[in-house]
Amino acid sequence: MAQIGESPSKRWSQLAVGDRIGNRGYWAAAFVILLIPLLPVPELVITQMNYIGIDALVVVGLVLLTGICGLTSFGQAAFVGIGAYATAYATTVLNWSPWAGLGLGLLLTAVIALILGMVTLRMSGHNLPLATIAWCVALYYVLGNVDALGRYDGMVNIPSVSIVGLSLQSGRHYYYLVWIFAGLAAFGTLRLLDSRSGRILRTINPDHGGGATMPEAMGASVFRHKLLAFLIAALLASAAGWLFAHLQRTINPSPFGIGRSLDYLFMGVLGGVGYVWGAFVGAAFTTVLRDLLQDWLPKIFGGSGNYETIVFGLLLIAALKISPGGLWSWVSGHFEAKRFEIESSARDALPRRSKPQAGEQLLDVQGIHKQFGGLAAVQNVSFSLGAGEIVGLIGPNGAGKSTTFNLISGALSLSEGEVVFSGKKVGGSPSRSIARLGLSRTFQHVKLVPDMSVIENVALGCYQRTESGPIAALLRTDRLEERRAFAEAERQLRRIGLQDVLFQKAGNLSLGAQRLVEIARALAADPLLLLLDEPAAGLRDGEKAALAQVLAQLRQERLGLLLVEHDMNFVMGLADRIVVMEFGRKLIEGTPAVVQASPAVRAAYLGLEAS
Amino acid sequence: MDFTVASMLALDGVTNGALYALLAMAIVLVFAVTRVLFIAQGEFVVFGAMSLAQLSSDKLPSTVWLLGVLLVAAILQELLVGIRERKPNRRLALSISRLAVVPLIVIAITWVSVPLRPPLEMKALLSLALVAPMGPLLYRLVYRSLATASVLTLLIVSVGVHFVLVGLGLVLFGPEGYRTPAFIDTSWDIAGVPVSGQAILVIVATSALIGGLFWLFTFTFRGMALRAVAINELGARIVGLSAQRAGETSFMLAAVIGALSGILIASSTTIYYDTGFLIGLKGFVAAVFAGLASFPGALAGAIAVGLIESFGSFWSSALKDSIVFAAVIPILLWRSVFFGVAEEH
Repeated sequence: MAQIGESPSKRWSQLAVGDRIGNRGYWAAAFVILLIPLLPVPELVITQMNYIGIDALVVVGLVLLTGICGLTSFGQAAFVGIGAYATAYATTVLNWSPWAGLGLGLLLTAVIALILGMVTLRMSGHNLPLATIAWCVALYYVLGNVDALGRYDGMVNIPSVSIVGLSLQSGRHYYYLVWIFAGLAAFGTLRLLDSRSGRILRTINPDHGGGATMPEAMGASVFRHKLLAFLIAALLASAAGWLFAHLQRTINPSPFGIGRSLDYLFMGVLGGVGYVWGAFVGAAFTTVLRDLLQDWLPKIFGGSGNYETIVFGLLLIAALKISPGGLWSWVSGHFEAKRFEIESSARDALPRRSKPQAGEQLLDVQGIHKQFGGLAAVQNVSFSLGAGEIVGLIGPNGAGKSTTFNLISGALSLSEGEVVFSGKKVGGSPSRSIARLGLSRTFQHVKLVPDMSVIENVALGCYQRTESGPIAALLRTDRLEERRAFAEAERQLRRIGLQDVLFQKAGNLSLGAQRLVEIARALAADPLLLLLDEPAAGLRDGEKAALAQVLAQLRQERLGLLLVEHDMNFVMGLADRIVVMEFGRKLIEGTPAVVQASPAVRAAYLGLEAS
Repeated sequence: MDFTVASMLALDGVTNGALYALLAMAIVLVFAVTRVLFIAQGEFVVFGAMSLAQLSSDKLPSTVWLLGVLLVAAILQELLVGIRERKPNRRLALSISRLAVVPLIVIAITWVSVPLRPPLEMKALLSLALVAPMGPLLYRLVYRSLATASVLTLLIVSVGVHFVLVGLGLVLFGPEGYRTPAFIDTSWDIAGVPVSGQAILVIVATSALIGGLFWLFTFTFRGMALRAVAINELGARIVGLSAQRAGETSFMLAAVIGALSGILIASSTTIYYDTGFLIGLKGFVAAVFAGLASFPGALAGAIAVGLIESFGSFWSSALKDSIVFAAVIPILLWRSVFFGVAEEH
C-alpha cells in the first residue's frame, strides 16, 4: 500500500478548475483582442472595448473576493475613484508623471483597504459589505465637496499616458495599455489561485462548503488570506481607476458612487463570479446589453424611465436563481479538470520534523473543561499520550469526545485546564499555531473542498511545510516547491490507497473515501500527533483492515495517534490504551482488555445490568 | 454653539434617529428571520411617502399599479410552480385566492375612496395598507425559493430587488420630488426651543411601534413564532412552525415600518424616487451598531446616527452624509475588538 510507483517526469501546469480554455484557446482569444485595433473597426468599438477592459479589471478582483472567497465588497467603485482622483491630483496639481500617479493611487488604496479589512474581516462575512457600502457613500460626498478636487464638477485636463516617449493619446493605442492590464490581472489571478495561498483562498467560501476551521487546522490564517483577497481586489480596482482617468482625461465623482459598485457586482454575477474569465464575459455582456436596452426600451415603452435598471435587476435575480454560476459556467462545463504528471524527482523533498523517541510524552491533557452556556460538555478530563502510541477515545454519543478533540486541537477554546503538546503549553492557542507544532487532525463532519481535486485537497496539508507567498505565485518562482508539495500529496494518497482518484473532484468520492482523503491531508503535514475523528466510519471491511495496517505503520514511525471511533473491533484491535468518556467525564482508562472487562463501561453503553 | 442651538440639534437628531430606529428594527427583524440583508428597505419608505403625497393631491397613487404588478407576477409564479408540481386545481385556486384577496381589497378600497376625498389620517392608513402587502409578495416572488441560499447570495439578490424597485419607482413617480402636508401644523416653544408637532408625532409613533413590536414578540403566537425561527430555523420547523410564514410576516412588518417612516418624514423632506436607498442605508448603519442582532441596540444606534447627522450637518452640511457613514468604521472596529470572533458559517 505504501509503495511508490514510478511515473515519467514531465512539466506540468495546472489552473483553477473551470477556468481552463486550453492553451490554444488563450492564444486565439489574445490574438483576436490584440488584432482588433489594427482592423478598420469603427472608433465606437474601440471605445467600448476600452471600457470593457477597465470594467473587467475591477470585476476580476470581485471574482477573487466574491466568487472564490465568498466575501463581497460594495466599495469597489470607491477604490476606482481613489485610483482616478489620485492620478488626477498628482498629474494636474503636482505635475507628477501619470506613472507616479498610479503608484500614489495604489498606495492610498492599499492603506484604506487594509484598514477596512482589519476592522471587518475578523467578524462574520456580512460586515465587509456593510463597511464598504458606508465607505463608498462617504467617499462620494467627500469627493463632491472638496475644493482641491473640484467638487462635483471634478477635475479636467488630465494628461495622456506615454510609454518611453510614445504617447497613448489615441484610443487605439490606449487600447493596448488597457488590455495588457486586464490580461495581466486575469493571468495573475489564475496563477495565484493555483498556488499555496490560492488553495487556502479556495477553502474559505461558505457557499462552496468552506469555512475557517479547516484552513486554520492546516496552519493558515484565514484572516490574513481574506485580507489578501480584499487587498488584491482593491488594488485592481484602483488600477482600473487610473486607466479610466487617463482615458477620459476628465473625471467627476458620479462614476464612483455606490450605484456603480452595484454595477460591478452585477457584471461579476452575470458573467460567472466563480471564474476569472466570467469577469470579461460579464463586463462585455453588460456594456453591450446596456447600450441595446438604452436604445430600444424607451422606444418601446416611451418616456424617460431607467428601464434598463429594471431589466438588470430582474436579470440579477434570475441569474442567481437559475444559473448561479453565471454565463461562463455554461462554457466551462465542457472542460475537464486537467491532469498533470507527478515528478518523481520531487518526492521526499519537503522538510520533515524530527520525531521524538518512542514512548516520549507527546500530549498531556490536564483537567480540561468546556462549558457551553449551562452545559458542561467536557469536565475535568485528563490523559496523556506518547510517541509511537495509539490511544482510542470512546464513549456513547454525546459523551464529549469530539469536543475533547476540538479542545486539544484548538478549534474550541478551553474553559479551564491546560493542554501540553510536545513540551509546550498550547491551551488557549489558536488551532493554526498548534497545527504548526505538528498536530494534524481530521473532522467528524468531513471538511474537504468539494470542487477541488483530491490531490489539491491533500496538498493543503503541506501548507505549513512550504513557504511560497502570493508574489512567488505570480512570478512562478514557487514551481519547484509546488511540485514537491504535489509529490508529497500523491505519496500520502498512495499510502492510503487512493492513487486512482488523484484528479477527481473530492466532492464526487464516497463518504468513506472522503474520510481517507482527510487522513492523507493530515499526513501531508508530517505531523507528530494525529487526531482522527471516526476514521473507519463508512468504510467496508477490507478498507478498514487496510486502514488499520496504515495506522499501525504510522505507530512504527513513532507518530502518536488519538482516535475517536465507534467501531469497537477496529479500535480494540489497534489501540494500546483506551480512554472511555461518559457525560463529559472520563469514566475509565486502560488497555483494551481492561476496558472490555469493565462493568462500568458496559453500563455506560448498555445501561445497568439487572443482576 | 449655545444651549438653544445644541438642544435644537439634539431634538432634530432624536427625531431623525427615531425614524432610523424604525428602519433599523425592520432590517434586524428581516435579517434575523430570513438572513436577508434587505438593502431595498428604503424603497418602502419612498412608496409610503409617494402614496400619501399622491393621495393628498387626490390622485390615484401609482403604488396601486406597483402592487398590481407584484400581484400579477406572484400569481403567475404560483401558477407556474403549481403546474410544474402538478398541484390539484382546487388547491392551486385556493392558494392563489389566498394570495390575491388582501391586495385586491386594498386596491379596490383605494380606487373607491380617492374621489371621496377622505381626511389625511385615512389617507395615511390607505398608504400603509397599499405598501404592506408588497412585503410578503416580494418575499414569495424572490426569497422563498432561496431559503437555503447563503447570506451573500441573498444580499446580492437584494441588490437586484433594489434595482427593480428603484427602476419601477422612476417609471411610476417620475423624476420630480414630492412632499406631503404635515399632520400637525402647530409648534410649541419649550424652554426657548421650538418643538414642532410633527417631531412629537414622530417620536410618539416610533415609541408606539416599538411597544407594539415588543408586545408582538412577547405575547402573540405569530411574534413568538418569528422569534423561534430567528433563533433556530430547523428547530422551529421541527415543532411545526412555518419558516415561510415567518419570512412573509417579517417582510410585511418591514414594509409597514418602511411605509410608516415614509409617511412621517414626507412632510419635512422632499422625497424622490431614489431617496429611499440612502435613508435605508442609514438604517443599516444603526443596525450595525447592534451587530444586526439586538432591537434595543439598534434603537441606541439609530439615535446615535440621528445625533451624529444633526450635529454633523451643523458643522458641515455638505459632509453630513460622509460623517454618518464614516462613523461605521469606528463602530465596526469597536465591535471587532470586543465581539470579534472568526465564526464558522
